[in-house]
Amino acid sequence: MEFLDPPFMQRALLAAVLVGVIAPSVGIYLVQRRQALMGDGIGHIAMTGVGLGFLLSTSPVWMATAVAVAGAVVMELIRWYGRTRGDIALAMLFYGGMAGGVLLINLSDTGSNANLTSYLFGSLSTVSSEDITSICVLAAFVLLVTLGLRRQLFAVSQDEEFARVTGLPVRALNLLVAVTAAVTVTVAMRVVGLLLVSALMVVPVAAAQQISRSFKVTFVLSVVIGTAVTLAGTVTSYYQDVPPGATIVLLAIAVFVALTLLAAPLARSRARRSEAASEECTLEVPATRPAPDELRV
Amino acid sequence: MPETGSTTTDPVIAVRGATATLGARPVLRGIDLTVHRGEVAALLGANGSGKSTAVRSVIGQVPLTGGSVELFGTPLRRFRSWARIGYVPQRTTAAGGVPATIREVVTSGRLSRTKLGLLRRADRAAVDRAIELVGLADRAKDSVDALSGGQHQRVLIARALAAEPELLIMDEPMAGVDLASQEILAATLREQVAAGTTVLLVLHELGPLEPLIDRAIVLRDGCVMHDGPPPKALGQHALPGHDHVHPHAASEPVRTGLLS
Repeated sequence: MEFLDPPFMQRALLAAVLVGVIAPSVGIYLVQRRQALMGDGIGHIAMTGVGLGFLLSTSPVWMATAVAVAGAVVMELIRWYGRTRGDIALAMLFYGGMAGGVLLINLSDTGSNANLTSYLFGSLSTVSSEDITSICVLAAFVLLVTLGLRRQLFAVSQDEEFARVTGLPVRALNLLVAVTAAVTVTVAMRVVGLLLVSALMVVPVAAAQQISRSFKVTFVLSVVIGTAVTLAGTVTSYYQDVPPGATIVLLAIAVFVALTLLAAPLARSRARRSEAASEECTLEVPATRPAPDELRV
Repeated sequence: MPETGSTTTDPVIAVRGATATLGARPVLRGIDLTVHRGEVAALLGANGSGKSTAVRSVIGQVPLTGGSVELFGTPLRRFRSWARIGYVPQRTTAAGGVPATIREVVTSGRLSRTKLGLLRRADRAAVDRAIELVGLADRAKDSVDALSGGQHQRVLIARALAAEPELLIMDEPMAGVDLASQEILAATLREQVAAGTTVLLVLHELGPLEPLIDRAIVLRDGCVMHDGPPPKALGQHALPGHDHVHPHAASEPVRTGLLS
């Protein structure tokens, strides 16, 4: 376990694990709402925040958080009001954010394209102790929301109209998801970079749902996959001269492919089982039959 | 005729002079609709007659441009007791973008009865009961992705029943439902009505629910054309505005996605 010795690796691994946990735990709600690319959009917008941070000589991480949160809120507002040309407005927001970032960072004295690259593709080895503090605080907020409000967020992401009629504060919850996603993007920025953030929010969830049947299992499995690939990618980049962000994302996609191949025989055996079960059902009125509950995962 | 002794109480739903537009097109042109406690009222009419808009305006999902809606005697604007209402939206699927079991989906219908989403023993029991009512108890742990169209509809109804509502509002619960599921849904509804639940439902045709329905309200072009007992002797095919659509034919313009 020689890779645990250098302090920069300890920080890198801690940051990687936290991102591996929180990115899928927010991403699952985005995937459930069929907005898998929302994280990508927020990542683009956050670039303006990074540029602004350099220009004003403040912390790029906190500036990116502020801009990403504002951008996510605007995206939610566009979703409410701009039903007709919502996608065009979102495109403006994404590309404007990206162009703004490049422009601002070139205007600043301290920023350079090299700096920008470290935010675009991540730079795990340069994570500082202050970064770790802010990452821990933000990750705690994200987990509090995604775990603490999981039933409400599930209901809203599953069927928005139904959730409104059950009296849930749907708008507030949607805004909360948007803000949480924005926070996650800026936390993950140091680990995988703004351009690959969305992959870590979406791919572990997509991989998990290949073999799971419930939301709960999908949630747990996607967090396990997220953590495993971020750790493996970070350690790999310590021994081999490969960028950790890209390694992590490719590992996640490898897991997705592996689980997809595994899923086909699994689905076949499940189909056989449920076929046998439905044969019984048609012979009698199911409502009056006691539930045997013999189905196991 | 069904007994009407309990319908002398305050109306559960009171819509007066409701008007609504979709874009520039008037969809509701001054609708009056009163449903009393224990009544089973069916909204009938052709595609585009405004029946779906009418039920969705009752629960505040379509803004009215005029008129008023009262639920349980409270103006809609101030109505907060959503747990008293079970809503079955017009859907072809109960699934979202992530796998979910029948129990998980039905549980989301119980949230209106919980504090901060914490499930107590009684909540879990109500969810189990709702799943059993629609005959899916043995499949509660199955993913909703693996279900047939009729079973999806049964899940949506179980989700509405999980809150143990006093008023059920259903938008085309029989659309795309196979005969076996239709019978189960009719049986489920019969039990609810026997227990005193008030029902307002949108239907294409009366079908297996016909014996349950106390009143038929027929809409045409956003106006009420008929409000009274369903003309049973003639059957549903004689109703004004009836269009012959089989429940399993996918001729209804399907709303895409759950968020649209």
